[in-house]
Amino acid sequence: MSARANILNKLRTSLAGTTPRPDEFDESLVTGPWRYPPDQRIARLRELMEAVHTEVHQTSENNWPALVAELLAKRGITNLLYAPATVHGEQLASAWKERADGPELRGYDRPIEEWKAELFNDVQASVTGTIGGIAATGSLVLWPDRNEPRLMSLVPPVHIALLKASGIHDNWYDMMTAQDWAGGLPTNVLLVSGPSKTADIEQVLAYGAHGPKELIVLILEDA
Amino acid sequence: MNQRIPVTELASDFKGRAREALADSQLRSNFRTAMDSLMRKRADAFSDADEREGLRELGNRIRARSLSNLPDLLEELETRLTANGIKVHWAETVEEANEIVHGIIEAHDGRQVVKGKSMVSEEMEMNDYLADRDIECLESDMGEYIVQLDGEKPSHIIMPAIHKNARQVSALFNEKLGEHVSEDVDELIQTGRRILRRKFLEADVGVSGVNFAIAETGTLLLVENEGNGRMSTTSPPVHIAVTGIEKVVSNLRDVVPLVSLLTRSALGQPITTYINMISGPRKPDELDGPEEVHLVLLDNGRTGAFADAQMRQTLNCIRCGACMNHCPVYTRVGGHTYGEVYPGPIGKIVTPHMVGLDKVPDHPSASSLCGACGEVCPVKIPIPELLQRLRQENVQAPDHQPAAVKGAGSKYSRKERMVWRTWVMLNTRPSLYKLFLWGATRFRALAPKKVGPWTENHSAPVPAARSLHDLARDHLKNPPNGRAGS
Ligand code: SF4
Repeated sequence: MSARANILNKLRTSLAGTTPRPDEFDESLVTGPWRYPPDQRIARLRELMEAVHTEVHQTSENNWPALVAELLAKRGITNLLYAPATVHGEQLASAWKERADGPELRGYDRPIEEWKAELFNDVQASVTGTIGGIAATGSLVLWPDRNEPRLMSLVPPVHIALLKASGIHDNWYDMMTAQDWAGGLPTNVLLVSGPSKTADIEQVLAYGAHGPKELIVLILEDA
Repeated sequence: MNQRIPVTELASDFKGRAREALADSQLRSNFRTAMDSLMRKRADAFSDADEREGLRELGNRIRARSLSNLPDLLEELETRLTANGIKVHWAETVEEANEIVHGIIEAHDGRQVVKGKSMVSEEMEMNDYLADRDIECLESDMGEYIVQLDGEKPSHIIMPAIHKNARQVSALFNEKLGEHVSEDVDELIQTGRRILRRKFLEADVGVSGVNFAIAETGTLLLVENEGNGRMSTTSPPVHIAVTGIEKVVSNLRDVVPLVSLLTRSALGQPITTYINMISGPRKPDELDGPEEVHLVLLDNGRTGAFADAQMRQTLNCIRCGACMNHCPVYTRVGGHTYGEVYPGPIGKIVTPHMVGLDKVPDHPSASSLCGACGEVCPVKIPIPELLQRLRQENVQAPDHQPAAVKGAGSKYSRKERMVWRTWVMLNTRPSLYKLFLWGATRFRALAPKKVGPWTENHSAPVPAARSLHDLARDHLKNPPNGRAGS
């Protein structure tokens, strides 16, 4: 018999004559303590994200490309990976067209095999969208797809994420219910709650373990 | 001087290793500091006791419900994962699991593997298995990387290198990598980052564990802070996940409380930096992500634990490590003393099912039964109760039926059994008891001067000249203030 059949048989024999336990999920336990008045959501998310070394800025739907340029200039960053086929990608490219002195824009538009070493060695920063945020835990939710692939938010040492103020939910449960995650998930969903970190040596917190050393969140409020 | 004792040279039994660990003051101070801080962080993360208890209750219900339906859930998971394009493999033993992993790597001519933290791969001793077949399997979690570099095993399930301090890590990097000596933790981490980054770029295959497998959506959920888990599961062209069969939950919503319990119990974090949810390999039009994703479901004794309704509760475990952080024994002797993959209280209840109780006969008694482990466990595993059960299994007569736990009865002693039988007889027959008392008080001088290990540190017990019964009778007859009968 196959390992599969053996394992399932053993489990079934052990459960013979029993009935499965009922589903007693109490959603108030995962939502009740984690509700915020709408005007407090941003503050809560900011507080938690900043506590783990995330840089958070509030800006508008129109002004963020200029802010990105400023933040990169301050760091002496000379190139930026972006997603040309997304709405925010187009907005960034058109806003930056005039800048002769700005950082070089590199679009993620080829399969990774064609430029993996370049992504790992040369790209200094990236900018991606998010599908929302979670106030309770100070998290961003990334939903990578063809236009904005997975490694964009992981490999470059600086990751800039755009978060619409209206997309911040109170807690994870509310967000997954409102967006019907159970109805279908993409190949990869990520909750990101700060720059990469570790406390593996003497429990001393160190940032920039393997992923981005810096996470910059731009909260976009209505223009 | 480096006081660390390499694990390969440690004494071969728990007691011997414990003695050595207790004599190592550096090790004790490393553990003490770390565990004190982890306990504080957990307490801060659960500042509202009602909220904490409500959530633990829910966590327990979710795990119990999942296990009560485990075979069906595994089938549902397999169907979903397959529909999503993830290949599912089943293994009863670690040998089978290793063969499966090796087969997948071979099929891709893989030579370099990067591995995110995975306790199941430790169970499998996957690194050694692959190394014997000329495949380099590099640990990418910083703590795991450090212990691997030193030829050791993890000493904690969440913080594998917690037994080392910065000075020891620096010396190690200097010796093995030729890096200059620095006790600056940031600098040490950046050294690790530099070296591992190249490996992430070059690796043919990435291996990871799984924190929760979600049947409803066919999703593998991974929890981590460093990003090495994401790197290992996203950058190489092939991703192999390995997990125990118990890690499945029914619904996506089930993971909301479980993740909260896990991250708060483990390191006191509201959430980890990354929650990585993988529901399929890269689609034809996607630009990155692995082209193949595999899941290996491992039994390795779990069906044995499952067969026993009481011991089944060990499979609730979500591997948060809180029980070891709070265990007075673990805190003093450290993780290597247990000599097995899972140390501390959780190790003591899951290891017997994997290797047999006869291989770890001292584990169930290496506990003060203070109850701390059961009190902090986020999914309410009654660890002390299970330890007592294992103590009983340990002393079962060899012919006892049914033999519930693999390797039970290895501590059975005919002499001990006789002593207890006599004790029961004396205590259930008043006339015999009186006779015994009479003899014990009269012939107290004949009491043995040495009673095994007890007298190594204590004076031998000697019966009193008069029994408590006698004294009480006298007292009632002649009360000091003449209050008899009042
Ligand atoms: S037994 Fe409980 S406390 Fe210990 S690791 Fe498992 S879940 Fe955590």
